This record gives sequence, structure tokens and C-alpha cells, in this order.
Amino acid sequence: MDQMLGYRRPNGTFGVRNHIAVIPSVFCANHTAKLVASQVQGAIAFPHINGCGQHGKDLQQTIDTLAGIGRNPNFGAVLVIGLGCERVHAKDLAALIAETGKPVEYLNIQEKGGTLKAVEAGVRIAREFAFQLSLQQREPFPVSKLILGLKCGGTDATSGIAANPALGLAVDRIVEQGGTAFLSELAELLGTEHIMKRRAATPEVYEQISAVLSHTEDVLERMTKDYVRTSEQAALVTPGNFDGGVSSVSEKALGGIHKSGSCKFVGVVGYAEQPKGTGLYLMAAAGDDSDIATSLVAGGAQIIAFTTGRGTPTGFPGVPVLKITGNSKTYRNMEDDMDYNAGRVMDGEITLEQAGQEIYQEVLKIAGGKPTKAEVLGHDELFSIGRYDCF
Amino acid sequence: MSEKRMLILAPGDNVGVLLEDAKKGDVAVYQNTRVTCLEDIQFCHKIALSDLPRHTDFIKYGEIIGYALRDIKKGEWIHTHNLDDVRGREGKL
Repeated sequence: MDQMLGYRRPNGTFGVRNHIAVIPSVFCANHTAKLVASQVQGAIAFPHINGCGQHGKDLQQTIDTLAGIGRNPNFGAVLVIGLGCERVHAKDLAALIAETGKPVEYLNIQEKGGTLKAVEAGVRIAREFAFQLSLQQREPFPVSKLILGLKCGGTDATSGIAANPALGLAVDRIVEQGGTAFLSELAELLGTEHIMKRRAATPEVYEQISAVLSHTEDVLERMTKDYVRTSEQAALVTPGNFDGGVSSVSEKALGGIHKSGSCKFVGVVGYAEQPKGTGLYLMAAAGDDSDIATSLVAGGAQIIAFTTGRGTPTGFPGVPVLKITGNSKTYRNMEDDMDYNAGRVMDGEITLEQAGQEIYQEVLKIAGGKPTKAEVLGHDELFSIGRYDCF
Repeated sequence: MSEKRMLILAPGDNVGVLLEDAKKGDVAVYQNTRVTCLEDIQFCHKIALSDLPRHTDFIKYGEIIGYALRDIKKGEWIHTHNLDDVRGREGKL
């Protein structure tokens, strides 16, 4: 089995990066968290707009997501900062993250006596974390400990022809060695149910897949039933997708599903849910690139492989996002943002198999510490907590 | 008129994908299949490989990607103006 170099965590997982996450439990703590993170090397703040005024499943989804980000093995230590009166309690969130055995602390701004005192306390905690993490060395870990999140954005027709099938071959190699991958983007799987039926490991898994896809279509219908569309606004296909030769959501979906390779789906996980086993999972997340990427990371993905036809520069804080384009024009146009050009398959320069092999090798290198183009430039747009049943 | 590279993704597909920008009159070529473009068709956009009556399903990847809104001529550009999809529709037209 192939190996990579990563940071061992107390619960047996491995991080491919070694950052300190500074997580506000509520938006009221955003600025304080940003001030703390700005003072400590390797610390990253995760500001968001949630944590209060939420109810039921929507509140739970925010808690699951923030806990999942903290639990992700790319973060070696976590500081949770609360205000003190919000619905997502800093103490409870810290406890969920501490189940991983990693160092976790929390503080509340009201208890500390305001911003300045909270920032001082937070910086002192995060600074200690930085000293602890600095002593840790990378060590070998097997592909079976890798979770790869799969994403596409700015799709054009090359995505379904070159980038996604090539990524699918790399995913097959990871899953065949006992590794894990998440396919997601439910709204962009409508029209693939018959393929999912063949690819579900058991009839029960297919029932779960079918249920989440059908729910997605129901939500879409409910949200848009009184909305009069023009054909150009039609469903789930962006103007850029249309310009790039994609004509319908089915066409987009049939191209998109290729990035999951050919292995069987062993289960369905919810938004931000960490799987109990390994293998290929469908993650029930929908929304824009950031809602879905955030769910992938909260679910435990250490790396996101992101295919794009038209080109997008986005990244995730503390998690490498590998940009793969199937369009050589886009690669040349946005070479500062694109990591891999699968467009050479379209140009007849390499085979799909070669591209799959090269993408797989690139994933191993990035796991071992090679920064992606998005990381080098500091891109961090992809953190955004999805709201329940809203996309 | 010149030849332009085309891809047919699966046997039985009734649309091909242009791998280069094509002008009206250019010939899209994939192996033994040659189709004259009836209009300009951009890189990565689709071309009808045969005459297709209204309501015929368009097949790409060996799968249905939508249906013909009207009668289609061999060599026509296939896109949102003559293709619709029954899935994931937002609101009403």
C-alpha cells in the first residue's frame, strides 16, 4: 500500500497540515477569533454568520459543522471562542472536539471581560498550542487513512470528458487501497439514479441514496414553485456551465458522477457527518461550492480534489484544495490557480489513464506537504456553513 | 471548410462533442464518423449526429441528457435553445 507523510493524531487519524483552528462558536466572536489567530503562527480563524437564532436541525447542522472542522485531523489543536449567551456553547463545542484527544481549550468573551482580555487569553492559549505542534514531525501513514473530498465548480463540458474521469481513476486507486472518498453535490446528481442503483453496494444503500436525491428535488421544488424562470435560469446550471457547453442538469450530473470513479458506494453520510467506516460514500450536502466544501472538511476530508472547466481560484483554510481542469485554455489562462491540466487528454497528448495516475501522485505529494496553488496564494473562500434544507 | 476534431463518448450516442471551435460548413470528424456543421459550434459544444424528430432523447455518455424541443437536423448545434431536461427544474417557464 502507498504511504504519505502526515501528522498523527491521538485518535489514529492523520493530518496533512498542522494548523491551530480558532473557532468562534457564534458570529459575535468572529472578530475576537480573527485577532487571536492573527497573532499566532499557524493559527487560522473560522469566522461565520451562525451560532445563534437557529433552531432544531438547522442549529444542529451548525454544531455538527463547527465540531467537524475542529475534529478534522489537519488541525492539531483547537481554541473555541464563544461570547457567553449564544445557542452554540463554546464549552459544549470544545467537548465535542476534545473527543478526538487533540488539545482543545475554550473561552467566553463575557467571562473574560471583553475583547482585549479575551484576545490576550486566547493568544496565550494558541501560543502554547503553537509550541506543542512545532515539536511534531511528519510520519508515514497509509492511503487507507486518507479521506479525499470530491468537488467541482465552474463546470464546462471538459469536466465530464477529461477532468472528472481522470480524477475518478485516482479515486479508484485510493478506495481500492482502503481509503475513503466523499462524492457530494446532491443537486448535481439528479438524473444519475439509475447509475447509482448499479453502484450502490447494497439495496439498502441505494434506498438511502434515492431518498436523499428525491428530498433534494422536493426542496428545490418547494423553494422555487412560485418563481418564474427564464430558460437561462433553468435549474442548477450556471451561465458559465451553459457557455461551456453543458445544456442540462442531467448532462452536468452525468459528467460529474465520473469523479467518483467506479467503486461501489458503501454508504450515505449526512451534512458534516464523519463516516464510521472507509470506502466511497455519498455525502448528503447541497448548495454552493463553499457549503459543500465545508461539509467535506467537517466530515474529515484532509484534501479536496476540485475539478473546474472554466477556472476558479478558491481554497479552504487549512485544507489543500487541488484544482484540476480539463480545459487546456483555462489552464493557460489561469495557470497561477490551476494545479493540474487534464486538458492534455482532450488535446490527445496523454491518455486518461496517465492523467489519473498523475493526479493520484499529485494527491500523495500534496498530502506530504506540497502546497496547492490556492494555499500558496492564501485562498480561503470555501468555509461557509450550509443551512439546513436551504441551497 | 476544414476538418475539426470531435468526440463521441459512448456507442449509441446521438450527439458528439466538438474538440475545436467549428464554423458552418466545417466537418466534425471522429474515427469513421463525419458530420458537416450546419452552423458555428464552439469548443466543447454538442452536434447532432443524425436527424432527430421532436421529443427524441439526446444521448451522451450513453445516457439521456435531455430531449429535443423540435425536429433536429444532422449537423445542428445542440444546446438550451433546442434541448430541455425534465430533471431539477426551477419554477415554471
